[in-house]
Amino acid sequence: MSGDALTTASLTIRLAATTTVVLLLVGTPLAWWLAHTRSRWHRPVNALVTLPLVLPPTVLGFYLLVAFGPEGLVGAVTTRLGIGTLNFTFAGLVVASVLYSLPFTVQPLQAAFSAIGSRPLEVAATLGAGPVDRFFRVALPLARPGVVAAIVLTFAHTVGEFGVVLMIGGNIPGETRVLSVAIYDHVEALEYGQAHWLAAMLLSFSFVALLLVNFSARRRAGAAAAGG
Amino acid sequence: MSPIDARRLARLCVPLLLAALAPGAAAETVRVAVAANFADALERLRPAFERDSGHELRASSASTGTLYAQIRRGAPFDVFLAADRERPERLVDEGFADPSSAFVYARGRLVLWSADSALVDGTPAVLHRATFRHLAVANPKTAPYGAAALDVLRELGLADELAGRLVQGENVAQAWHFVASGNAELAFVALSQVLAQDPDERGSRWLVPESLHRPIEQVAVVLKDAAERPAVRAFAAFLRSPEARRMIAGLGYAVDPAP
Repeated sequence: MSGDALTTASLTIRLAATTTVVLLLVGTPLAWWLAHTRSRWHRPVNALVTLPLVLPPTVLGFYLLVAFGPEGLVGAVTTRLGIGTLNFTFAGLVVASVLYSLPFTVQPLQAAFSAIGSRPLEVAATLGAGPVDRFFRVALPLARPGVVAAIVLTFAHTVGEFGVVLMIGGNIPGETRVLSVAIYDHVEALEYGQAHWLAAMLLSFSFVALLLVNFSARRRAGAAAAGG
Repeated sequence: MSPIDARRLARLCVPLLLAALAPGAAAETVRVAVAANFADALERLRPAFERDSGHELRASSASTGTLYAQIRRGAPFDVFLAADRERPERLVDEGFADPSSAFVYARGRLVLWSADSALVDGTPAVLHRATFRHLAVANPKTAPYGAAALDVLRELGLADELAGRLVQGENVAQAWHFVASGNAELAFVALSQVLAQDPDERGSRWLVPESLHRPIEQVAVVLKDAAERPAVRAFAAFLRSPEARRMIAGLGYAVDPAP
């Protein structure tokens, strides 16, 4: 593997890892709220979270390019804060990836939280567990397969991100050039050998990631059968 | 199938078949795969071609690399208007295009462009002052305009100095967009893009002399199996006609004198 490919691969992994951590922090409370709320905002928020699943990435990328720009909503704020604009930066890619991969974190978590139901939490409450305890000691362990699925899917989906990065990245080596964009470039430049190389890597990575999710789901079913 | 059924089927199908074939004899369709940077120009040429020839033109635009890959795998096109010389020549070498049909239909003119009407003064001075944060170029690896832009920076002795400020679009359209959306102050784009704007939205520019970069030769080829079709021949002839050349030149391309 050449130095360029190595830089690209490590940048991609760094982006996916950062995005996954941020999304776990942001997505977990959101998923919890969505799983338990009776608010009338439930449906609109749910639809908003799901939006990146159905939107072409170019739509998101286009809006972000405009919003992050110096005259855009976000750009005006970041410029005033002295951060400059987010386009063409690693931080900008993280923000974009967080939006883009949001449903891949929230949906598995939400499903897992809903599946637990209220009963275990009520039991824990009668035994004197506070809300924080109930979440970390009861809900989270019970939702473990959902958490694993959220982590793996978010990471894998961010690795596979293409359209958004293409729109706002600027293709800067070591800063915004990720694997999927590098593959596209190789194909465009007729360097099919290198394109095959990277594409095969991405393909096997995605396959293994999905396999992991599958195993984790199977284990849960097994554990439930044994326990039930 | 009984003989009666077969006869009925034939009675049903023959008129349909004739109906389907009949209009094809009069007006044909020429299917053109066009490089993204020339898609607009082709749209402007279309009425003249359709009026003069009576044939219909159907254009599909994408990047030259994408179109090349599609043609290699049997995409249904008759003519390929590429943004470079390499890809059409490869198609000829690989037996997918008619060797005698290749010719330079346009040469791209590179400009340094800013949306700010006061930033570029018709010279490269702004590059030497280096008071900007981002200079957008098309991807030099895949886009001829990008490779030409880097040639210019090297000729000016600024390649190393400005390397940290370069951002790449996949093509000139994206480089343009980076500037139009305010994310970059400057871009190397195609003159044709600037001229396609309303006069009050053309910002400021430096028209780069062609001597500062490798020629941006856009080559057309007729694809194999299409060469004999009247509509395709009509289009190839139209593209070389003085009228088409005049229009192409007016849209911001350099055109070689008629052969």
